[in-house]
Amino acid sequence: MPQNNRDYLTIKSTGTAVIALLGMLASLLTACGGPPWNNPNPQYDDDLITYQSIMSPLPPKHLDPATSYASDESLFIQQIYEPPMDYHFLKRPYELIPLALESFPQLTFLDAEGNEVAEEDESVAFTRYTLRVREDERYQPHPAFALDAAGEPLYLFDSAAEGEKYQQIPDFPETGSRAVHANDFVYAIKRLADPDIASPMLGFMAHYIVGMEEFSEELGKVPRDGWLDLDDYSMAGLQVLDERTFTITIKNRYPQFMYWLAMTFFAPIAPEVDRFYHNPGFAERNLTLDWWPVGAGPFMVVKNDPNSEIVLERNPNFRPDFYPTEGAPGDLEAGLLDDAGKRIPFVDRAVYRLEKEVMPLWTKFLQGFYDRSGESHGNTNRVYDQAFVVGPDGLEMSGELKDHGITMSPDVKPAIYYYGFNMRDPVVGGYTEDKRKLRQALQIAFNTEEYLNIFYNGNGLPANNPVPPGIPGFLEGEAGINPYVYDWVDGEPVRKSLDYARQLLAEAGYPNGRDARTGEPLKIFIDVQSQAISNTQMNWMDRIFDKLGVQVEYRPADWNRTREKLLTGNTQIYSHGWLADYPDPENFLFLLYGPESPLLCNCDGANNSNYASEEFDQAFRKIRLLPPGPERDEQVALAVEQYRRDAVWLFAYNPKDVYLNNSWVHNNKRHGVSKGTLKYTRVDPDLRARKQVEWNQPVTWPLYAGAGVLIALILPGVIAYRRRQKATARAAGES
Amino acid sequence: MLAYIIRRLLYAIPILIGVNLLTFTLFFVVNSPDDMAASQLGAKYVTPEAIENWKRKNGYDKPLFVNDDASGIASLTDTIFYTKSLKLFAFDFGRSESGRDITSDVSTRMWPSLAVALPSFAIGIWVNICVALMVVMFRGTALDRWAVFVFVSLMSISYLFYIIGGQYLVAKQWMLVPISGFDPDFKPWKFLLLPVLVSVISGVGSGARWYRTLFLEEAGQDYVRTARAKGASEISILFKHILPNAMIPILTGIVVLIPSLFMGSLLIESFFGIPGLGSYMLDAIRSQDFAIVRTMVFIGSILYIIGLILTDISYTWADPRVRLN
Repeated sequence: MPQNNRDYLTIKSTGTAVIALLGMLASLLTACGGPPWNNPNPQYDDDLITYQSIMSPLPPKHLDPATSYASDESLFIQQIYEPPMDYHFLKRPYELIPLALESFPQLTFLDAEGNEVAEEDESVAFTRYTLRVREDERYQPHPAFALDAAGEPLYLFDSAAEGEKYQQIPDFPETGSRAVHANDFVYAIKRLADPDIASPMLGFMAHYIVGMEEFSEELGKVPRDGWLDLDDYSMAGLQVLDERTFTITIKNRYPQFMYWLAMTFFAPIAPEVDRFYHNPGFAERNLTLDWWPVGAGPFMVVKNDPNSEIVLERNPNFRPDFYPTEGAPGDLEAGLLDDAGKRIPFVDRAVYRLEKEVMPLWTKFLQGFYDRSGESHGNTNRVYDQAFVVGPDGLEMSGELKDHGITMSPDVKPAIYYYGFNMRDPVVGGYTEDKRKLRQALQIAFNTEEYLNIFYNGNGLPANNPVPPGIPGFLEGEAGINPYVYDWVDGEPVRKSLDYARQLLAEAGYPNGRDARTGEPLKIFIDVQSQAISNTQMNWMDRIFDKLGVQVEYRPADWNRTREKLLTGNTQIYSHGWLADYPDPENFLFLLYGPESPLLCNCDGANNSNYASEEFDQAFRKIRLLPPGPERDEQVALAVEQYRRDAVWLFAYNPKDVYLNNSWVHNNKRHGVSKGTLKYTRVDPDLRARKQVEWNQPVTWPLYAGAGVLIALILPGVIAYRRRQKATARAAGES
Repeated sequence: MLAYIIRRLLYAIPILIGVNLLTFTLFFVVNSPDDMAASQLGAKYVTPEAIENWKRKNGYDKPLFVNDDASGIASLTDTIFYTKSLKLFAFDFGRSESGRDITSDVSTRMWPSLAVALPSFAIGIWVNICVALMVVMFRGTALDRWAVFVFVSLMSISYLFYIIGGQYLVAKQWMLVPISGFDPDFKPWKFLLLPVLVSVISGVGSGARWYRTLFLEEAGQDYVRTARAKGASEISILFKHILPNAMIPILTGIVVLIPSLFMGSLLIESFFGIPGLGSYMLDAIRSQDFAIVRTMVFIGSILYIIGLILTDISYTWADPRVRLN
């Protein structure tokens, strides 16, 4: 029957097609060349040493040093820009060193009339910083510096149509460069004050830099049409002395200003670069300083696709720079000084690929396609779950990690997360002895160690002190414990007993957790940020406060609503955190400084507890002005003691991240403050290539098994179909 | 037909304005311009001046709907609603809160979305129809009952399980393809194999079951019996008679989706690191970027309306009796 034959052929050919399809798939995969087939990284045809890394979970929003203020953005711009100062890569406590400057800034103290006075003189009204730029500091190659034969900028257009063929910076055929000038630093500070740029630093820095506020107001009134040359306007606190020297004058004394000079807000911006990016039509193609930064640092952006990857390459104009020859104790033994004195950077290219989910990130790291497990976010909890197992001797690295020779870089951040009491709250706030006792009882009951072990795998340090480890003012051992919460027993801090907490609670007027006057149970209200807390954490807190008979009610809200409550003081206990801008106790103790209360300053103040202690504030004011030394340490200790005695925060801890490094990555010491450490990273690309092949041999049997299963599914169908087609209306033998 | 299409397009305008108004109102009920400024500026040193500067720079310093300070038509045009939302009708999408040009981003991200969505869609439909027809061929047998059981089981499994399971087995354990990523310049197909496979397999259960139901209804019709009586083979009956007659409900379900393929898939793109419009939308929601959200909702609405019009047109192709009046 011709019809049936055709059908048979159709089915047969379908089966053959399936097999052919699978064969094609196999050959397609084989066409990838040798293993690894699963390599997700682009292959480059050159011999440049590439560092394969991650941006996670989101790409940076801003790469303009005037607006960027997030650690995942610092990961890029600190490799590209060189601010005046930096931190020593290895030394701890953190130590400032000149970066774009020839030497440390020179300080001059002035009185109200502008006369020079001694540092300790009470009449000091201004501090002038004189900064001298390095002679060998040069910008990366960039079309903004390209000049025509007449010495005029090559790429300045009158209309959008003229420049529309340039979609990205690498599309410009001509580039140029020049030395960094003192005026570029001045120009960058003026940009901070430009209301059109909306720098987050404007409000804060305007309190310090002379004339910044007025300058900002003046610019706000200037009508804009394209680029505004900020060199046409002057700021009283900025002065260019010569091509390489400039001064910044700030109000009063503010020693911490030196730390601000290590932030990219103060990195130089060439006016011609700013002008270049104001070409008509550029912003519509995302050709902006926010996406294509231009600096004099060791690396430059050559590809910026925030949707998938950002690629940096070595800046060919980068000045000679060398790996440090000194480090902290233990660095030599850890091999961190093996490259001492060698020219940096070691890598030629750094590729940061966007990873939003942890599983692909972790898998690629284990397969050897990423050099480290993370950069600015350790994803510690999730990584920890997969990276460590409980062995006979406690926690140990999983076998998979041991076999791969992976090393670990723990990173205790100069940060603090805390739950604070609102000191103006009628129930838990106040400064009377009974209120202190109430808060201390709650502090004792909140077992921070247990909390960190359960919810963060122990990755955090209970904070006895607002000042975190690594920062002057932090004390170890018995001297470092909070004596209101801990006892020092056998060389270890031991949390005071719950019985003692109950006693304090009773003395505060709440025997067994009930108000002695009304008999009502004590109920506390905790404002939590809904994304930052889980039901399990809330259940745990219910349980621990229940031991004192205290009831808890949670008021979850998003960050904006929480912020509103903090600004209006409409909270009882709130959660908050602080990541240091600079490694100085002042940057943490100001979280408790009276005038920083949002209710007093009518601003977004940092003292969300509305803590008001004259003793603390006095000590803080001295800390702000004193240079590092014993006298300052004494004031820090005084302030900390006051904070402990008043029991201002319910609990606090310093977060700890764990970063893992593949065996071919060297110089892995984490720097808690600076992210500009890519130049110190060294990778062994040959070892990486060998390991990638070794660890990624494709398993092909599932392909054949899949083909087998498909045939097994189709074949009975074919047979049954054929049988049915051949069947007669009557069964065989039926007459 | 042209008059019909024009009429439908005109109907779309009030629908789009309504969607726009609703999105705008809902967004600003939960998120004021001050909130947006605070979110974008970060958690440190957010002074009232910084918030005002941000609002001025990004055009959120105007009233929402009516500007009492302006006169005439300017009282309606010098508002956030006009400048931010109504301008979308001129396809002026403006800038995201982080300063990027949205039109440029959308046109770039559309292609990776299509690269995943188109093959997933086409292969998915082909596989679902073939599987459903095969099952219909054996209707009433044990094979049919088992197939329904398998379909229901596949439907019951979470989409996330397919994604994570696929990544775990194919990419992590077997190391056949990259676990995630996308590179248009570097063998993009090898990044697409797994997401397409996952999309197809995860859709087989519900898709094939639905088509089976449609085909079964047709299989009982008189014309099928007639064809069989005339000696037509089962294959011929299925593909030449049943399938064309079941096209109307099939087209209703799938044509409307075709324009939306541009929008990508939120989960697939996020887990497989595909830089498409699905992950663009997801990131915008996470970072409270209203400019992107309103643009994506607007584009989504337009594509949906286009999908509905295309569906109507496709009826005339599938069934010559249908006339668009």
